[in-house]
Amino acid sequence: MDFTQVLQYCLAGITVGSVYAIVAIGFNIIYSATGIINFAQGEFLIVGAMTAVSLHHYMPLPMAVLLAVAITAVLGGLVELVFIRRVRDASVLRLIVITIGVSILLREGMLHVWDEQVRGLPYFTGTSLSTIGLMGARISPQVLWVLGVCTVIVTALTLFFKLTLTGRAMRACADDRMAARLCGIKDSRMVTLSFMLSAAIGALAGCVISPLTQTQYDMGAPLAIKGFTVAILGGLGNSMAAVVAGLLLGLLETLAVSQLPVAYKEVVSIVVLLLVLIFRPSGLFARRETSALRA
Amino acid sequence: MNTGTPGILRVALAMGLSMGIAHSASAADAPPIRVGAVFSVTGPASFLGAPEAKTAEMFVQKINDAGGINGRKIQLIIKDTGGKPESAISMTKQLIEEEKVLAIIGPSTSGETMAIKNICQEGETILLSCAAAETIVNPVASYVFKTPQKDSDAARWIYKTMKEKGLNKVGVITSNDGFGMAGKAQLEKLAGDFGITVVISEAYDKQETDLTGVLTKLKGRQVQGVINWSIVPAQGLVAKNMKQIGLDVPLFQSHGFGNIKYAQASGEAANGTLFPAGRLLVADTLPDKHPQKKVLMTYKKDYEGKYKEDASTFGGHAYDAMLLLTEAVKKAGSADHKKVRDALETLKDVVGTAGVFKMSAEDHNGLGMDAFELLTIKDGKFATYRK
Repeated sequence: MDFTQVLQYCLAGITVGSVYAIVAIGFNIIYSATGIINFAQGEFLIVGAMTAVSLHHYMPLPMAVLLAVAITAVLGGLVELVFIRRVRDASVLRLIVITIGVSILLREGMLHVWDEQVRGLPYFTGTSLSTIGLMGARISPQVLWVLGVCTVIVTALTLFFKLTLTGRAMRACADDRMAARLCGIKDSRMVTLSFMLSAAIGALAGCVISPLTQTQYDMGAPLAIKGFTVAILGGLGNSMAAVVAGLLLGLLETLAVSQLPVAYKEVVSIVVLLLVLIFRPSGLFARRETSALRA
Repeated sequence: MNTGTPGILRVALAMGLSMGIAHSASAADAPPIRVGAVFSVTGPASFLGAPEAKTAEMFVQKINDAGGINGRKIQLIIKDTGGKPESAISMTKQLIEEEKVLAIIGPSTSGETMAIKNICQEGETILLSCAAAETIVNPVASYVFKTPQKDSDAARWIYKTMKEKGLNKVGVITSNDGFGMAGKAQLEKLAGDFGITVVISEAYDKQETDLTGVLTKLKGRQVQGVINWSIVPAQGLVAKNMKQIGLDVPLFQSHGFGNIKYAQASGEAANGTLFPAGRLLVADTLPDKHPQKKVLMTYKKDYEGKYKEDASTFGGHAYDAMLLLTEAVKKAGSADHKKVRDALETLKDVVGTAGVFKMSAEDHNGLGMDAFELLTIKDGKFATYRK
């Protein structure tokens, strides 16, 4: 294998990895605020992308994406109000099972609204033919969009959780809900907000990856599984680590593809997930104190 | 008042009446002919199953509105497998044992069809598959037929064209489902006949959302052409991913590509893609004297008028299945399983959407190489390929 080819594999790995990373971020917010793994996260992605595809018929792309993000955020809020809030005293496990139910509901709903056809948003810059050359290897500009949006989301989230009152209130709820309530924080409102936020981020992720992956009503689950793997790999609740872990898994998978038959690709990600769960259950990048806090 | 005579009269009258009613009922409302349909209306192969189910419904409605066949209406029982062979098996058993259908049309995919081939044969129920793999009718099972063109013929078309273009080293990628694996086997088997070498052959997951990795591998092997053989959404990604990594060689798709949505999803990258397909996709451009022109245009107009979406070759396979079945019932003059099967096997020159069917005891598909046309994509539209 010459250098250009190695580079091409790396760029291919970054392409898949960027998709995994952006999907993973959405898992982290709800987990941070509530301890729930939201298995409907993949469906938020597809709802967002599908809404944007439909809206794009009537308005320019940036408007369509923004509006789709807003609509999906409202949907996320509704999911929390209707399904989660009513069983708030239930165990985390029960809430997780409810999110699986919600994901099936959303998927069937999408089948009725958008039928079974494959759709896709246009490329944000250029067309499906545009590429950026890098020392003989090539990559689609859309991958840079995905990475850019990842960076913006992670930075914005970090600032939001560190600097704003609402962000700090959300963190307080996550750390100790009773104490937060005693300080006058409306914890139920924070949970709703976390669902809205992660639905919005999911929708944005769905839109930005749509030109690369295409969008179909039942594509959410496989994407969510990969995103979930990456979230675990990085350490649940840590968005920055999710991005690094996403790229890492992408690169690892393409490395496997270059050496083994493609059929073994999934084996690699599952083996990595198992190893991490056994040896570093709090994730590759988790510090000891954060995992203690979570427990 | 003597009540004896009127009593007997009443009884006689009642008997006569009831007999009369029973008699007239059997003349006007003969029990419908029950036909089962097993399609993957939802799931990953939904773009096959959904138009097939819609087409079958449309066909049956048209027949029934015209008074049915041999004075009997058709009752269509549609089951949605979601693309899962295990669902296809249980639904087929139910159709044969409980619904006692005359025939089953579908399933949409080769994997599902192979799963129920023996069940239909043992249940002596006609199966008219809408899936492509040649193994469905080769070896022949007396009750099993199929309407789409053979996948081996599709592979021959691709290799023939490659040969003409002077491409000798090709890379093959397929989805890891029934359709993909059957195609992979055909492509690897037939390459030698055309003096073409398959330098690399890989199968990807049917839910794949990115193929840049495997295509990079093909690029590294310096292939002169790429053949993608699948019916899953990933086939819309191949053209885009090839351009993304700068693999600028001709792309050939299978006959599973016959849905304009895939071409549109690939955008500009899809232009120039070559694939064999039935003539439905280019029906408008056929000369008026072409034997299939009338059938194709009628089907296209009916379907697009009723469902407000583009007709695809896949819906056409269900059309052909229903057409062959009704022709066989007419010819047999009954709805007896064995008689209809015998009639089906002797049907000649039935003009369908996929081609002109010539069935025989050895050939339960009845279509040849000429049922395909090599198509290409030009500005997001299907067009006949001209050298």
